[in-house]
Amino acid sequence: MQRYLANTPAEQRAMLDTIGAPSIEALLARIPAKARLPRALDLPAAAAELELIREMRALAAANADVNGYACFLGGGSYDHFVPGVINHMILRGEFFTAYTPYQPEASQGTLRTIYEYQTMMAELTGMDVANASIYDGASSLAEAALMAAAVTGRSDVVLAAGVNPLYRRVTQTYCDGPRIKLRTVAAPDGTIDLDAARKLVDGTKTAALVIQTPNFYGCLEDVAAAAEIAHAAGALLVVAADPVNLGVLEAPGRLGADIVVGEGQGIGVPMSFGGPSLGVFAAKKALVRRMPGRLVGATVDLDGQRGFVLTLQTREQHIRRAKATSNICTNVALCALMATIYVATMGTQGLIEVGEQSAAKARYAADRLTSIPGVSLRFPAPFFKEFALKLPVSPDRVVGKLLKQRILAGVPLKRFDRALGDCLLVAVTEKRTRAEIDAFADALRKAVA
Amino acid sequence: MAHKAAPAYDKLVFELSSPGRQGYALPANDVPGAADGVPAKYRRTIPAALPEVSEFDVVRHYSRLSRMNYGVDTHFYPLGSCTMKYNPKLNEDMARLPGFIALHPLAPDAASQGALTLMYELGRMLSEIAGMDAVSLQPAAGAQGELAGVLMIRAYHASRGEKRTKVLIPDSAHGTNPASTALAGYEVIEVKSTRDGEVEIDDLARHLDETVAAFMITVPNTLGNFEPRIIEITNLCHSKGVQVYMDGANLNAILGIARPGDLGFDVCHFNLHKTFTTPHGGGGPGAGPVGIKAHLEPFLPTPVVVKNGEVYALDWKRPKSIGKLQAFWGNFGMLVRAYTYIRTMGPDGLRAVSDNAVLNANYVMKRLEQDYDLAAPGPCMHECVVSARRQKKHGVTAMDIAKRLLDLGFYAPSTYFPLIVEEALMIEPTETESKQTLDAFCDAMIQIAREAERAPDLVHEAPVTTPVRRLDQTKAAREPDLKWTG
Repeated sequence: MQRYLANTPAEQRAMLDTIGAPSIEALLARIPAKARLPRALDLPAAAAELELIREMRALAAANADVNGYACFLGGGSYDHFVPGVINHMILRGEFFTAYTPYQPEASQGTLRTIYEYQTMMAELTGMDVANASIYDGASSLAEAALMAAAVTGRSDVVLAAGVNPLYRRVTQTYCDGPRIKLRTVAAPDGTIDLDAARKLVDGTKTAALVIQTPNFYGCLEDVAAAAEIAHAAGALLVVAADPVNLGVLEAPGRLGADIVVGEGQGIGVPMSFGGPSLGVFAAKKALVRRMPGRLVGATVDLDGQRGFVLTLQTREQHIRRAKATSNICTNVALCALMATIYVATMGTQGLIEVGEQSAAKARYAADRLTSIPGVSLRFPAPFFKEFALKLPVSPDRVVGKLLKQRILAGVPLKRFDRALGDCLLVAVTEKRTRAEIDAFADALRKAVA
Repeated sequence: MAHKAAPAYDKLVFELSSPGRQGYALPANDVPGAADGVPAKYRRTIPAALPEVSEFDVVRHYSRLSRMNYGVDTHFYPLGSCTMKYNPKLNEDMARLPGFIALHPLAPDAASQGALTLMYELGRMLSEIAGMDAVSLQPAAGAQGELAGVLMIRAYHASRGEKRTKVLIPDSAHGTNPASTALAGYEVIEVKSTRDGEVEIDDLARHLDETVAAFMITVPNTLGNFEPRIIEITNLCHSKGVQVYMDGANLNAILGIARPGDLGFDVCHFNLHKTFTTPHGGGGPGAGPVGIKAHLEPFLPTPVVVKNGEVYALDWKRPKSIGKLQAFWGNFGMLVRAYTYIRTMGPDGLRAVSDNAVLNANYVMKRLEQDYDLAAPGPCMHECVVSARRQKKHGVTAMDIAKRLLDLGFYAPSTYFPLIVEEALMIEPTETESKQTLDAFCDAMIQIAREAERAPDLVHEAPVTTPVRRLDQTKAAREPDLKWTG
């Protein structure tokens, strides 16, 4: 007997007798013979729990995880500290093994946590309303582009060159069908060229101006200036922001953003080789009926007691089908729960401390690393917890050398922009210690010598 | 009258907050100099108003909230088309191995060989299970898999210089099918189903011409039946140059029995959170890998995991690719769980999954056929659809029955889906449930059918044992209250 299956042969027999079928095979009679697989699946034989644990440990051990390596990688995924309490709470089966709260009376736990999540994200981003989550930061940005085009009836979306290139590629994929054109404003100094943006943002064609802050290169953008340019042309301002930074950095909503999206992995979600992640999506109240994804609202039950439901569902695919605001069905409720517990645990002060420590350590790291001859900051703009270094030798070679010293040195930028072939993107979170940063600087000094 | 199962608890975490209380501890900053690198103009002016609670406040609050949920671990959850089966605990341990959970997605390929190996092998195993030539693991959920699949079909037609503008979808389809197809830039044409949920081949044939890019269909269909003429259908489509897409939501019924690729499908997606036991988590994350035949390989999302000799790598050089769906490579944590599950089951175990899923659904169908109208005659595959039209004559709807089930200790089946069945209750027991559980559920369903005749008010009043009673949906939509304001 396989341990995940329940029916014994005797029970199978009894059930077949009730059904009035001679065999399970008889129940499959509608499948024509020529549609049947005439052999067993060609897969590895079943592994017992102990065997499989050994096999999986060996696979996992072949990876350089951040427990054994000092991680200075960023580019959209960050090694922030995740308090242990989160894993304990999400593993409660009532959360973990429930589905979308289609029966609200039996799903108040999930619905309440999503309502808390929406409140926290609205507060951090400075927006009126946040949805129950989207897959990841990239698809959140893609959905924002679609939404801006639908709201404004316009067909162009202008992206700052500092927007994460991986997000740009996802947005391009989503915009292909609706024929939304993506245009780019250069960032020669690391941040958006505001004069170029003013020229490119068009009063009849541009649905949205999109910036990310801090951007892919770690530089801080002038959100208010971008908002002025977008709004003067009747376009929306979409801001991609990482919520873990928003204890310290100004809420984009207070600077004029109409839609705020972001990757919420930094607030309590493990990196897990890039997924699952947490797509944050928040907007102004006037746009709520055009938003993608699920929304939870408060209401009352028959006795007048407070309760929570999925609401404004006429936007969604299971009702509107081809005319829905988005094709999204599943969100990432469990990751949103991780984020909710993270924000509750860290609180106002904890998020400030995470942000301040990350920024201070990044500053310290930048000072140490740029004191090495031939190593400099690529961009002059102020940065937050991540910065691009210009190296005198191939970044790929540096990464390879430092890996042997158990240092994940950063992300070579060549793959994302050929013009930045000599650059390494370095991220520093509150988890890095002075000793790790000093060791990184020593190793880099030798590697470029 | 029964009593509420959980003690009344009506707090939000914000309502537990006490200024100055703290739930975390971080090491002191050990580098010299404060964060004076961040100029004032970028700094937050008003601190975020977030809860201030202790760690124990957090534990008790979320423990209490969890008790206001039904989950598979605690309740039978026969939500049709969602495959709410047991989520093995071993999967969770494996997904949390440090080498997987604490791995950065942009680690060099040389530093992530274990993860890339797992992805490569999982892609091969899913290809074998579906009879496909290649699989992309990148889509984050079924709907994103649909988008990826339809975009690949579009790119394929475009590469042949064909301008096809429509996609045909049966009226019994999941809502994501038309939504994803519309997002991919196609006009959606609905084709009729027979009363048993099968494709009306004559209606389909009338629509098939050189303007049609694809036909998208769920197998087994949403009434729980295998499409008996499926090979004829895929051949007919191909004869008109039309690609055929299989929604793999119901793959749990046919593991090792029939394969989409062998049936003639060009594309199919997998819901790892259904067939392959990754947890639903209250509504995601899912994972929606998409399998394709060889002619669509050039269009796969980037990057693709490749094997060069004994070394695995992410291949980005794919000029005809449809692009990316997620920033990184897929919901990797879910891929680890699915891999663990497939390795645990092996080929015979997976076949036994479908055999028992089909047996359980037919058993439930048989036990309910005296008291409920069947949407289609049996035998069914992995799920069965019954109609409450008989109960509705007594004023008891599918919704009422669903609510009454909550009082009797069961989560509800899917209701009002598929749209082609009046007062539909779609029941998917899954293979992991025992005969005892199915008997208890069927007894409850039969009891409710009797109550509908003799004591309909009892059913209308339900639920009364849940933390809240029926909720005012109209108020929620008319006066949206989407965040706590104190």
